[in-house]
Amino acid sequence: MNEVATRAPLTAQSYKSNYKPIWCPGCGDYTVLSSVTKALAMVQVPPEDVVVVSGIGCSSRIPAYTTCYGFHGVHGRALAAATGLKVARPDLTVIVAGGDGDGYSIGGNHFLHACRRNVDLTYIVMDNHVYGMTKGQPSPTTEPDWDSKLSPGGTGVRSFHPLVIALASGANFVARAFSGDPNGTAAIIAQAIRHPGFSFVEVLSPCVTFRPDQREWKQMAHPAPVTPTDDPARAARRIMTDDGFNIGVLYAGDRKPYATIPGKPKATVADLEAEFEQ
Amino acid sequence: MSPKARLAEASKARTAKGAAARKRGPVKKTASAGKAPRPAKAVVAAPSTLHEFMTRALMMELEAAQRYTEFADAMETHNNLEVAALFRKMAGIEGKHAEQIMAEMGWTAVPGPRPGIVFWEGFEAPETTPGDEVHYLMQPYHALELALANERRAERFFGELARATTTAAVRKAARELQAEEREHVELIRAWMKKVPKPEADWANDPDPPVYTD
Repeated sequence: MNEVATRAPLTAQSYKSNYKPIWCPGCGDYTVLSSVTKALAMVQVPPEDVVVVSGIGCSSRIPAYTTCYGFHGVHGRALAAATGLKVARPDLTVIVAGGDGDGYSIGGNHFLHACRRNVDLTYIVMDNHVYGMTKGQPSPTTEPDWDSKLSPGGTGVRSFHPLVIALASGANFVARAFSGDPNGTAAIIAQAIRHPGFSFVEVLSPCVTFRPDQREWKQMAHPAPVTPTDDPARAARRIMTDDGFNIGVLYAGDRKPYATIPGKPKATVADLEAEFEQ
Repeated sequence: MSPKARLAEASKARTAKGAAARKRGPVKKTASAGKAPRPAKAVVAAPSTLHEFMTRALMMELEAAQRYTEFADAMETHNNLEVAALFRKMAGIEGKHAEQIMAEMGWTAVPGPRPGIVFWEGFEAPETTPGDEVHYLMQPYHALELALANERRAERFFGELARATTTAAVRKAARELQAEEREHVELIRAWMKKVPKPEADWANDPDPPVYTD
C-alpha cells in the first residue's frame, strides 16, 4: 500500500498555509482561495505534488496562502513558467492563478498559446475587471463605459471576451465560476484539475474597493441552464450569446493534451552548466 | 446604515458626481448595473434522514465559522482589532455549535461522500455572511447586524425544512434547531443594545485607498 493510501484523508485545511491574506476585507479572492483548497481536497492530491504558479497582482498572491509548492513569477508570465514546469515534471499537478490584467493584457499572448498547446494545466483567472493592486485602472475586461478618474467617461474600448478566446485558441475545458459561490467554484475547479489538457476557469471575483458596483454580481450570477458540451461550435454560440453571468462548465473537449515524455532528462544539470560556461 | 448600503450609496454618488463634473452627458449603465437581479437557485431536496439533515446542520455551522474566521483574519490584517475580536468570537461560537452536533451524532469526523462540500439553495449556507458584506472600517455594531441577519436566515431555513420534510425525526430535529436559532436572534439583539451605533460618517477615511473618486 502506498503512502497516499495510508495517510488520513486530506481536507481543505491541509492546503491552507499559516500566512494570512492581505486582500481587502470583502474581496472575492478570499473565497476563491477557499474554493481552491476545497477543490484540492476533493481531488485528494497531496500538497507536495501540487504547484501553484502565479504572475503579478492582488490575486497572484495566492501561492503563499497554500501549503503547495508555489512560484510567484513575472507579470503575465505565469503560464510560460507553468508550461515549462509541467513539461519537465508531468507527474505534478500544476495550477496557474492570476488576475485579468496579468492574464489577458500583460500575459495575453501567453494565454493564447497556452490554450493552443493544450498542456495539462489548470488556469484560474480571478477576474474583477480592474487593476486593483495599482489602484483602479481599466483592464482588458473592464466595460467600455466604466467611468472613473483614470478613465473619464469610460475607455470606449470593447471588452476582451476571455472564454470565447480560450475556446477559439484550443483550450480543452472552459468554465465560468463566481467567487460568491465557493462550493460551486470548488466543484468546477476540481473538474478542471481532473480534465486532461488545458483547463480554463474564469472566476468572477469582485473588487469591493475599486468596483463596489460588483457587489451586485451575487444577484446576477446564476447556474448555466445547460450541460457541458464537447462541440466547440455549440459552446462558442453559448458563450457569445449568454449574459456573462452563466456559471458552470461551458465546454469540455476531448483534444489530446500536449504529450510530455516521462523519464530521465537527457542532460544533467552539470551538462547544462557546462554549456553556459562555454 | 450597513457597510453594504453605505458603499452602494458612495459608489452611486461618485459616479453621478464624476459624470456631472465632466459634462460628458449621462454615464451609461455598466453591463452589471443594467441587469435585473436574478436569484441563484439550485434545487436541493429536503433531507429524508436524520443523518442527512444533521450533516447539513453541521456544514452550516462549519461554513459560518470558516467565514467568520476569514473576516477576523482580514480585520486583523487591516488593524480593525475590535471587529476582528468580535468575528473571532462568532467563529468560536459557531465552532462550538458544530462540536455539539458532532457529539450528539457520535461523529468523530465530518461525514459525507464529499466532506466539506454541501450545495445549498442559494450560493451559500443560510448562516454564512456573504464574503463582500464587510468593510475595513466597519464597527462592532455592523458585525452584529450581519450576525443577526445570519441567525434569522438560519431560523427561517430550519422552519422551512420542518414544514417540508416528511420524516418525523427530521421534523423534530429541525424544530429544535429552529428554536435554538431563535434564541440566538434574541441574544444578538440584546448584545446590539450594549454596543454603540455607528456615526453617519463611520466610513470616512482621511487617507482612503480609492483613487477613483
